Amino acid sequence: MILEAAAFYFFASVCITSALAVIIARNPVRSVLFLILSFCSAAALFILLGAEFLGLILIVVYVGAVAVLFLFVVMMLDIDFAELRLGLLKHLPVGGLVGLVLLTELVLVLLITLAPSATKPAAPAPPLDVTPNTNAIGEILYTDYFFFFQVAGIILLVAMIGAIVLTLRPPAQRKGLPPAEQIARSPSESVKKRNLISRRGI
Amino acid sequence: MMEFITDILIPLAWIIAHCLAIITALLLTLAFAMYMDRKIWAAVQLRRGPNVVGPWGLLQSFADLLKYVFKEPILPAGASIGIYFLAPFITFLLAIAAWAVVPVNLGWAVADINAGVLYLFAVSSLMVYGVLMGGWASNSKYAFLGALRSAAQMVSYEVSLGFVIITVLLLAGSLNLTDIVLAQQGMWFCIPLLPMFVVFFISALAETNRPPFDLPEAESELVAGFMVEYSSTPFLLFMIGELAAVILMCALMTILFLGGWLPPVDIHPLNAVPGWLWFFAKVFVLFFFFAMVKAMVPRYRYDQLMRLGWKVFLPLSLFYVVATATVLTFI
Repeated sequence: MILEAAAFYFFASVCITSALAVIIARNPVRSVLFLILSFCSAAALFILLGAEFLGLILIVVYVGAVAVLFLFVVMMLDIDFAELRLGLLKHLPVGGLVGLVLLTELVLVLLITLAPSATKPAAPAPPLDVTPNTNAIGEILYTDYFFFFQVAGIILLVAMIGAIVLTLRPPAQRKGLPPAEQIARSPSESVKKRNLISRRGI
Repeated sequence: MMEFITDILIPLAWIIAHCLAIITALLLTLAFAMYMDRKIWAAVQLRRGPNVVGPWGLLQSFADLLKYVFKEPILPAGASIGIYFLAPFITFLLAIAAWAVVPVNLGWAVADINAGVLYLFAVSSLMVYGVLMGGWASNSKYAFLGALRSAAQMVSYEVSLGFVIITVLLLAGSLNLTDIVLAQQGMWFCIPLLPMFVVFFISALAETNRPPFDLPEAESELVAGFMVEYSSTPFLLFMIGELAAVILMCALMTILFLGGWLPPVDIHPLNAVPGWLWFFAKVFVLFFFFAMVKAMVPRYRYDQLMRLGWKVFLPLSLFYVVATATVLTFI
């Protein structure tokens, strides 16, 4: 028990500290790296709770794919940090408002769940030694929540098509060469053998 | 106090002993895998390869280790110091950490967790950070270009790797590595899933930045890619980390497709051989193929690499997932 508590406090404090560092860090690349650290400690917290599937999926999807693309973009940006700081006061009211709304929502949710008359949340996962939680999630997702699962799939599909349409070029502007043409080239049409006479050239 | 010792200290010491044992075994294996890689490469090119240190040059890797450790680490001007030194450590640590769940024999895994495959996949998808951080923190154009190439390459090939793993999971019905191996007692999965085995092998080459997909370090265009500024021990850590990732991919293929520690057929002279020996034999046969590919195949061009990943492997593996699921449901 002591080990578990110690692990919880360790990962929780790392998670919060790195989340703070994300907004404090001056360099955007460092911000993203702290964000990744925060994701990883959140995944560790999931695993401590016994939700190993969620924890590992968090790492595979968010850290392994989303954050990589994020880092990829941020690294290539050329940002003037001093200029970024100048806009701080101007954007403070809007940012503060968004923060306030989020805080109110979180407090409301907390109050509702803590209230004695609170409705019971969805059925808790079966204990780990009965069903591994990968199976448990699959059983719920593909039976009770099948419709929502399909809707989520369609939304993602639409987003994917949108991204493809944005980057699609008409055939005339494409820069790639058809691979079949490249493979079909033979040495007889691309290499020529010459006898070179010294100091004369071709 | 007594309770504290029996409940916490002794299990903790036991876990640490397990970890140390596996790290020692892994590093020794890596030293000889490096030697094997160089010998095969040399043999293909009609050279002798390392043959001076120790009998037949067997101790070459240890001599290299000493040389790297005693060299001076050089810090490029304008480098981001913390990230610069963190990158090789991350590469090395992840490559070692992945081995915690690999079952070398029945019940030999340090941590026999339920979501073993997912853990391995998560760790191998984190490997890209070592490369990205190293390339960015070096403050060098070559290193940065190498890191960008590597990020795109590893993210692309992870998708088809994931789909191939899903087909195996469909057949095995479990995410636990031990269960996956035990599910292959009748027939190894490489027989019904032969095309997926090939896709996995090639994707593993790309995922670990091995030739012919070693574009992140393409020495003819990027000098040495993301590790161009590294020297001494940090460079050594990058190198060991990459090699450990290669061996890990071989082990993963052994577990997913070649029946792990199981003998090819369950008859007397074959099943008398201890399981870990079968496991090592399979891993080294696969590593031999990795080394032969490195020696024989010229490097891909970058657009060819991307085309292969997205336009050939992704549809193929996606089709196989659907086909496997259909066969399992209706037949």
